[in-house]
Amino acid sequence: MYSEIVMDHFRNPRNVGELPDADGVGEVGNPMCGDIMNVYIKVQDNRIADIRFKTFGCGAAIAVSSMITEMAKGKTLDEAMKISNKDVAEALGGLPQNKLHCSNLGADALHAAIKNYLDRKAGKVPDLEKEREEHLAGKGGEACYCPYCSREMAEEAPFCLFCGAEISHEHDH
Amino acid sequence: MSVIYLDHLSGTPLHPKVKEAMIQHINTIFGNPVSDHRLGRQAAQALEEARQQVADLINAEPKEIVFESCGTESVNHAIKGVAIGLREKGRRIITTNIEHKSVLNSLRTLRLLDYQVTSLDVDSYGLVDPAQVEKAITPDTILISVMLANNEIGTIEPIADIARIARKHKVVMHTDAVDAVGIIPVDVKGLGVDLLSLAANQFYGPPGVGALYVRKGTPVWPLLDGGVQENRRRAGTENLIGIVGLGVAAEMARLEMAERLPRLKALRDRLKEGLLARIPEIVINGHPEYHLPHLLSVSIKYVEGESLMLMLDDEDIAVATRSACASGSLRASHVLIATGLDFATAQGTLLFSLGRDTTEEHIDRVLEVLPPIVENLRAMSPLYRKEHAV
Repeated sequence: MYSEIVMDHFRNPRNVGELPDADGVGEVGNPMCGDIMNVYIKVQDNRIADIRFKTFGCGAAIAVSSMITEMAKGKTLDEAMKISNKDVAEALGGLPQNKLHCSNLGADALHAAIKNYLDRKAGKVPDLEKEREEHLAGKGGEACYCPYCSREMAEEAPFCLFCGAEISHEHDH
Repeated sequence: MSVIYLDHLSGTPLHPKVKEAMIQHINTIFGNPVSDHRLGRQAAQALEEARQQVADLINAEPKEIVFESCGTESVNHAIKGVAIGLREKGRRIITTNIEHKSVLNSLRTLRLLDYQVTSLDVDSYGLVDPAQVEKAITPDTILISVMLANNEIGTIEPIADIARIARKHKVVMHTDAVDAVGIIPVDVKGLGVDLLSLAANQFYGPPGVGALYVRKGTPVWPLLDGGVQENRRRAGTENLIGIVGLGVAAEMARLEMAERLPRLKALRDRLKEGLLARIPEIVINGHPEYHLPHLLSVSIKYVEGESLMLMLDDEDIAVATRSACASGSLRASHVLIATGLDFATAQGTLLFSLGRDTTEEHIDRVLEVLPPIVENLRAMSPLYRKEHAV
């Protein structure tokens, strides 16, 4: 179900690990829906000089993490901010429909790391731990409830068990 | 190297005797059992022989067996059939939070038709409390549906106790026994159920064929309307080749069960003990005593199930996972969550299901390759770092 490129990045992920003296750190994800991604960047002359990731997630999530670090390495911050979810999915030779949300996670984590770097530079010191907890509590709740009647959904069903409304399978988070 | 298949819950290879009987059938019989000529009679005879074989496996009368196209159809027939059959009597159905999707989604449809569903909690082992079932019964309750053995954690439910309560309150009792029949001894009279669902591909028969046990006198309306087949309970030309396979699979299960059970138990124990000894921070799901002998559900903390499954696949080991990502559904297994497991841990679940061909060498191979895979993925996991920060 995965492309050869995805399987290659999953089996031999590039840039795994942490940067203890990172200039920026991005944390996104939600264990409820399966993935958590951390991206660490080292910035020199406005370019991403080094980048590492740590990911808890499925094969696609790990491949996306690996690919986004490869794509971002050496880029200016502006260029890196422009890398989109779609770019990552394309570079991987496509992702199955139900895994597209994993590519969102990749670009989001990279952008969060860059934003964190810029915030630090501007003298703001964001509380990463607090941000992460809020993220978990917020998004998890929304993602798993019927958008029509707001009742909790047991599964990603074609219809809501309670109100019978048709549910779209697009992941928009 | 050939694949080590530890996903028998998804489907079993055909028993050699089943394959033989099906090929024999293809070569010799093509009649329709409803025809009155010689070829029709031959087909009818094959059909009735299979019916006897299935009845013998679960201690039923042949007349109480209705052939279906799979376990899911059998469950749909039982639940929707009783809902229609007893619509004048009442509209409440009692079930549990850990049922198979065929139960869950049959009830979803019935909710749209103004039936009410009471879905009961389970304990941390996945056990349903019969006292809770009795408490949930209302005057308009028409059906109780509780699975015999859970397909994700293997817990075996106290069906005989629940059926006694159902009988006392004159409520129809259905059990989804798809993952139990052909694996462990199942006796419909001993259990005291009115309806029981089973599927051939769980015990070395072909996919695409199942059966519903209907105790004499149980008010079940047909799911498929049409002709007179299956004593007017399930219309449509029978999948006779498949049914012959189911019959022989049932007979082989009955004859070989005494030999299969201790073997499977020993292999499962070897896998369980081996994993516990080699991989720290894992959770064995399900009841420690009342569980299926061939199924082991293991949640491995800080890693995600699909990644584990893909890496085992690269080592030619086929297992299942119950993580949200792998199944394409948004959330972790509803069964694991119902037992109280947290979402992150539930995501890291592997489901091993062993079979007739599983050997100690297969188990030892898993025990050899899985620990370094887990270590590798944990090294990559931000959750692991968080918990183990110095």
